[in-house]
Amino acid sequence: MAKILAVDDSVSMRGMVAFTLRGAGHEVAEAENGQLALDVARGSSFDLVLADVNMPVMDGIAMVRELRAMDAYKGVPILMLTTESHTEKKMEGKAAGATGWLVKPFDPEQLLATVKRVLG
Amino acid sequence: MSAVDLTQFHKTFFEESREGLDAMEAALLALDSGATDRELVHTIFRAAHSIKGGAATFGFADVAAFTHVAESLLEEVRSERRAVDSGLIEVLLRSVDCMRAMLERSSQGRPVADAESEALRVELVQLVSGEVVAPAVAAASLVAPVSGWNIAFTALPHLLQTGNDPLRLFRELQQLGRLEVVRAFVTDSAPAQLAELDPSQCHLGWELRLHGAVARGDVDAVFDWLDGDCELTITPMVDAAAADAVPQTSDVPVPPAASASRPIRETATASSEGSSIRVGIDKVDALINMMGELVITQSMLSDIGEKFELSQLGRLRDGLVQLERATRELQESVMRIRMLPIASVFNRFPRLVHDLERKLDKRVRLELHGEHTELDKTVLEKIGDPLVHLVRNAIDHGLESPAQRKAAGKPETGTLKLNAYHEGGNIVVQISDDGAGLNHAAIVAKAQQRGLVAAGQELSDAEVAELIFQPGFSTAAQATDLSGRGVGMDVVRRNVRDLGGSVGVRSASGKGSTFTITLPLTLAIIDGLVTAVGSERYIVPLTSIVESLRLRADAVRKIAGGGEVFHFRDEYLPIMRLHRAFACSDAVTDIERGIVVVIEEDGRRVGLLVDDLLGQQQAVVKSLEAHYRRVQGISGATILSDGSVALIVDVGGVVRLGQQRKAA
Amino acid sequence: MYEDPMYEDKRAAAPPLQQLTFSLADEEYGVDILVVREIRSWSRVTRIPQTPDYVLGVLNLRGAIVPIMDLRLRFGLQRESYGDDTVVIIVAIAERLFGIVVDAVSDVVDIDPAAIKPVPDMGAVVDTRYLKGLATHVERMVMLLDVEKLMRPEDVETLDAALPAVQDVEVAA
Repeated sequence: MAKILAVDDSVSMRGMVAFTLRGAGHEVAEAENGQLALDVARGSSFDLVLADVNMPVMDGIAMVRELRAMDAYKGVPILMLTTESHTEKKMEGKAAGATGWLVKPFDPEQLLATVKRVLG
Repeated sequence: MSAVDLTQFHKTFFEESREGLDAMEAALLALDSGATDRELVHTIFRAAHSIKGGAATFGFADVAAFTHVAESLLEEVRSERRAVDSGLIEVLLRSVDCMRAMLERSSQGRPVADAESEALRVELVQLVSGEVVAPAVAAASLVAPVSGWNIAFTALPHLLQTGNDPLRLFRELQQLGRLEVVRAFVTDSAPAQLAELDPSQCHLGWELRLHGAVARGDVDAVFDWLDGDCELTITPMVDAAAADAVPQTSDVPVPPAASASRPIRETATASSEGSSIRVGIDKVDALINMMGELVITQSMLSDIGEKFELSQLGRLRDGLVQLERATRELQESVMRIRMLPIASVFNRFPRLVHDLERKLDKRVRLELHGEHTELDKTVLEKIGDPLVHLVRNAIDHGLESPAQRKAAGKPETGTLKLNAYHEGGNIVVQISDDGAGLNHAAIVAKAQQRGLVAAGQELSDAEVAELIFQPGFSTAAQATDLSGRGVGMDVVRRNVRDLGGSVGVRSASGKGSTFTITLPLTLAIIDGLVTAVGSERYIVPLTSIVESLRLRADAVRKIAGGGEVFHFRDEYLPIMRLHRAFACSDAVTDIERGIVVVIEEDGRRVGLLVDDLLGQQQAVVKSLEAHYRRVQGISGATILSDGSVALIVDVGGVVRLGQQRKAA
Repeated sequence: MYEDPMYEDKRAAAPPLQQLTFSLADEEYGVDILVVREIRSWSRVTRIPQTPDYVLGVLNLRGAIVPIMDLRLRFGLQRESYGDDTVVIIVAIAERLFGIVVDAVSDVVDIDPAAIKPVPDMGAVVDTRYLKGLATHVERMVMLLDVEKLMRPEDVETLDAALPAVQDVEVAA
């Protein structure tokens, strides 16, 4: 249905997200940090990007900024996956251009619902 | 809606969490020894953060709750509201241990939280400065539902660039109730000329009415992400009391306790069952290359075979040489896959040494060499415990206290060196310390006390060193709980033997000791010497062979009890007649007509009498126990090039037997 | 509900047990076909020290080191020779393989479980402890061998007990 890019340095989280979304018929590509995600994004065109905030090499916020600077991704929905309970990180994400967020822990059903919501 | 089964990710989660905890520990130790790299703090924070996220997602509520507090503490450090001091590091190290234990219990489906973890968690909570950690109330639907809402929604120009789409928002609202568009308009920000319109900008606004008994919270949720991207006013259609006009953002995390509804399933223990191994891609590539070569060679030989003529003999020979080379390389490549660097075992030691320093009031400098040296995975898993014991022993008994060292003119900080390297067909691991060395006198005294040694008997250094490997032997005045009670050098030796290796020690009084563990590089393939005993074939591992020789009858001396010994270099070695040990009826019995193969294990030697030496062969070791059972004196079996089975001599067992007889 | 009386009958009867039959000293025995892995002709066996005489040794079965037991020797008979005619039946019990040397292999027969009788002590070559029962097939009497018991722990224990450690091997002149 949709092409989704899942970015998270945790293998198990990525696995869970990819598995859940693929099960719903989406195509999912994975990356373990922001830098790799950018490389993958450049080479493809995704309908949605899901990204963790805390990652090595390049964190989620920086990645969002870079993505938004790319023409192809100006209006593509980008959701931050975060456990942060503070609003600052969310606002930081927003300021960088993220569409919204999904708070960890979330269960597969929540993930699917939110993705559905965002993709319209 | 069917639930997605997440248990398949548990194993990965545990693995990466373990690695995360290792990284945390290494970084904490680095900070402790004075490093000031901010990146270390980030590493520690990220690790805790990941574990918390994963634990919460996969339903390990207790782990999540504990890690959450640790993370809060680390957040303070990261944002420089709290300084790093040794007290903090100690607490965090303890937290790492606690999390390890909790994860272990989680993976076994056992109850996770216990008194200890709770106490530590509370300790952490108290440390964390007045942080509001108490979960706030999740955005609840407010009071009585109203008959609807008036929504004034004006997009700011950049709205579309956040990936948010007003159309989508409206669809969401439509799911809540009947949506009525009262007015749609173009905002002032729109350019005067249509041609100047940038389609990526949004210059629209709406006045909407949402009819229905909809909770305010649900309406807010739709506009959740749009703070700062639009102007939004939501008012109830009917006057409702106590309706809080301020939209409550649902940014409060669901308290970990709420996700405890997910049951913790039992996952397989991380042992030999279904264990996995990480393989570097380079090894896999090498394997693929080898396979390619093998396929080519095979097809070439197949071609030759199909229409074979004598003129092809040369090509055939070349093909076979190629085959042999390709097979050997493939074999090496495959074995290498099971090999992992010893670093993973060595990495335990900085923490261990750190803890022992404190516990025993000693100062130790740990030097690790050869961490990249690779060994078979099975060996790697089992070598840890013996090494840990030797390290503990070195620090506990080998190294003197700072005061003693000072008095002896040594630097107060002792040095403990671990070195791993390949030698011949083996991997060698040395543990050396610059401590006091083996206490010759004390050991002999203890041995005499135990009746192992007769009073007044003269013992060489080598013999004294051997004594410490006797069961129950510990000369520590008080058996410290670390290396004394019950776990002795004999266990170390036994464990190493089980791996097919040996352990020895060299020591100089006042200067230090060096323990050396020698292990076969791979368990599964050995280089063996094929010997003939009667019509049977026995393989002797090449690495155990010192020398082979013919003996003259007069070189053999009989000793009391019927044994035979012969002079070899500077000692007398017992002769083991394999034809007797293995009851081979048609073998050579006259020593002069046979060959004596001198073998060695743990520094002790024995001469094996065989009929003949038939040559060297690489033997793939197969266990007899797979389909039969263990047989004394035999360490395994292999298949010779003619397809028949040859038994492999258990060198250690035979040597021990020989030594017993000699002593008798 | 289908009411074919034959159908009813078939449901009531248990499925037949298939046995591989072989001969040993003029007697007929059967082995559950489900445990039989392979039937081989004789090949060289490597002797293993400290084993009873009826454990001939091990052979290479496509890379597996499999012990071979001579059934004649096991039950006190003589074995004349091993040659091209000698047959080895390879069986598998709980992932463990072992082979038994018999005189000759016959055929696979169906035995009705209901027709299996307990074995009377009639002085047959094979000790009744190792027999599951007695069945008749086309006028032949087939004794059903309990292969599991042949190579079971109790057997091994006996071996172990009889086994002096290598230490005790006599160093006689």
